[in-house]
Amino acid sequence: MINFVSFIPKAVVQGIPLLYGSTGEIITQKSGNLNLGIPGVMYVGAISGVIGAFNFEQAVKSYEAAHAAGGADAFLTYGVPVLSVLIPMLSCLLGSLLMGLLYCFLTVTLRANQNVTGLAMTTFGVGFGNFFGASLIKLSGADVPSIALTTTSKYFSVKLPIAETTGWFGKIFLSYGPLAYLSIIVAIAAALIIKKTRMGLHLRAVGESPATADSAGINVTLYKYGATCIGCMIAGLGGLYYVMDYATGVWSNDAFGDRGWLAIALVIFTIWKPDMSIFASILFGGLYILYLFLPINIDHMEYQQLYKMIPYVVTLVVLVITSIRNKRENQPPASLGLPYFREER
Amino acid sequence: MAKTNKSEPLFHIAKRSDMTLKKAILVRVIAIFAALVVCAIITMITTGLNPFTVYGSMAKGAFGTARKSWITVQDTSILLLIALALTPAFKMKFWNIGGEGQVLIGALATSAVMLKLSPYLPNPALIAVMFVAAILAGGIWGVLPALFKAKWNTNETLFTLMMNYIATQLVAFYIIVWEYPKGAGKVGIINAKTELGWLPRLGSSMGGKYLLTIIIAVITTIAMFAYLYYSKHGYEICVVGESENTARYVGINVGKVIIRTMFISGAICGLTGFILVAGIHQTITTSLVGGQGFTAVMVSWLAKFNPIIMIFASLLIVFLKKGAGEVATSCGLNESFSEILTGIIIFFIIGCEFFIRYKIVINKKTMKGGNK
Repeated sequence: MINFVSFIPKAVVQGIPLLYGSTGEIITQKSGNLNLGIPGVMYVGAISGVIGAFNFEQAVKSYEAAHAAGGADAFLTYGVPVLSVLIPMLSCLLGSLLMGLLYCFLTVTLRANQNVTGLAMTTFGVGFGNFFGASLIKLSGADVPSIALTTTSKYFSVKLPIAETTGWFGKIFLSYGPLAYLSIIVAIAAALIIKKTRMGLHLRAVGESPATADSAGINVTLYKYGATCIGCMIAGLGGLYYVMDYATGVWSNDAFGDRGWLAIALVIFTIWKPDMSIFASILFGGLYILYLFLPINIDHMEYQQLYKMIPYVVTLVVLVITSIRNKRENQPPASLGLPYFREER
Repeated sequence: MAKTNKSEPLFHIAKRSDMTLKKAILVRVIAIFAALVVCAIITMITTGLNPFTVYGSMAKGAFGTARKSWITVQDTSILLLIALALTPAFKMKFWNIGGEGQVLIGALATSAVMLKLSPYLPNPALIAVMFVAAILAGGIWGVLPALFKAKWNTNETLFTLMMNYIATQLVAFYIIVWEYPKGAGKVGIINAKTELGWLPRLGSSMGGKYLLTIIIAVITTIAMFAYLYYSKHGYEICVVGESENTARYVGINVGKVIIRTMFISGAICGLTGFILVAGIHQTITTSLVGGQGFTAVMVSWLAKFNPIIMIFASLLIVFLKKGAGEVATSCGLNESFSEILTGIIIFFIIGCEFFIRYKIVINKKTMKGGNK
């Protein structure tokens, strides 16, 4: 039998990057932009965070060396913990924002094809991540053997002190880093904004029928830019969480794998609802590592590969069922993937 | 038309139809040139080489030796084949981004036949069965999303995307079933001793090993060109792509066209899988296609779905891959550098399309709104 107390926390940590990715992509798709660049954006988010953290750690090291005699230094005791979180996070957000702006500039302003732009962004982003991940040390001329961001990453995986003492409850609910809780807050906030606010209503209108939204006086371009850029920044945080918390600050090429695509699958699976995505991400995270917890038959290791297929098959089934049932509230945004050109109406 | 604002916007954008082919090509050439300049600047910053050295060593990486040139042409052929496969679907506005999975499943079928039937069949029959199996497998993998699209209008982009990973895991599953030696986690060279099911070399010279792939790519290019531009099917694809309602009105069975086209699309992907296994690698891995299913989407689109231009588009991408790989390795940097350069070039070409399709009209105060 599966040991749930150890399984659930593992499923949650696997699910958090997916939750960030899917929340970001849901917001993006609600504006009618099908951003297939999300896998690339998550790589860029991760590596931007790493670049920021890496440079910061190098700076701290040289600062320490210069002020070795000082003992208790105000900067080291107060400045470093705050900046350790702020700098990687800001550089991650900046990197993802730039990717979002690029996507919007090409698809909204220049009206390029969304699929091609997205795929190009994924190629570019994954390449960007792997290139700088593997070449950062050489490029910066630092004398360290590999990127291991111990100083900064320990602030990303700070856990509540009571997690240790509250038994199974603490393990399942309290044993995560701050970015994990942030992801849930972001998802709930996104769900509320989309469902309950005027801004969300406008966003949905833009995604369903930009021409109608436009004639109602909604700034379509602004909403598309805003939603896509915010979506990209949220997705980028997923990459940051993965490398700084889950991987404890160790970058390895291609380790992030196909999680970006899984996040896009989640968007369909949750039928475009970020609050559903909280549970669905953890479910997918669980499916992603389920094979580690099932009884292993040494003669039949191949079945592990079939278990890994489950998330995709489940998504496919959901996609097919929603299209067969054809319920209006469960459909993709009607203008998803289509460019909007006012003069073409 | 435009909303009545207090002040007229400084400029507006209008569709243009007057750009000549010559001018359109010129715009693209300028875009590629600008992209290459940006790439050179980025390479200079990261490697410290001067741009001429960079492109010199890129050329060396792609065409430095006869062997390298043959491999470059062979890789171009493979990328071209996948791009050609996706093209009829794209012309129909059916976004088949499942090329990766369709090629893999073709490769899987080829390997299965190669492994399991080689003791029972003479070599020519074996290769024939492999060929048919690959085409059928790829075709079926392509038809599945088409069936759902035709019947229930299921989103094909997301469907084909999911099918990629199902195919990958299926291959991963069979690799472990067939692994040799046990526990190695890979299949190894299939029929290494008997060479059964291997595609023959053409001639004894060095190019012989690569020639068959290239010939198949050339034939497929010509066939696809004829199919798209000079056949009734090609015309139907075009009409369905432009407007499904028009297609229905003129009596085209839209569902049938979608399913038929996706079978062809998947089948050519399957054929590519067949070549990859039987002609080039003689083994199967999950990374056999290596993302080319996605790259091919961009190649097909860059070429505006024209098979002849696609030759140059795939050559450009393969050249960048080989060249940037060479530059990166010689500087001790990571090979993914090529993906950054590919991305930049594609961004530029995507961007320049705007200036071909639209024009920016600057509004003069004296001729308010009357500009067309």
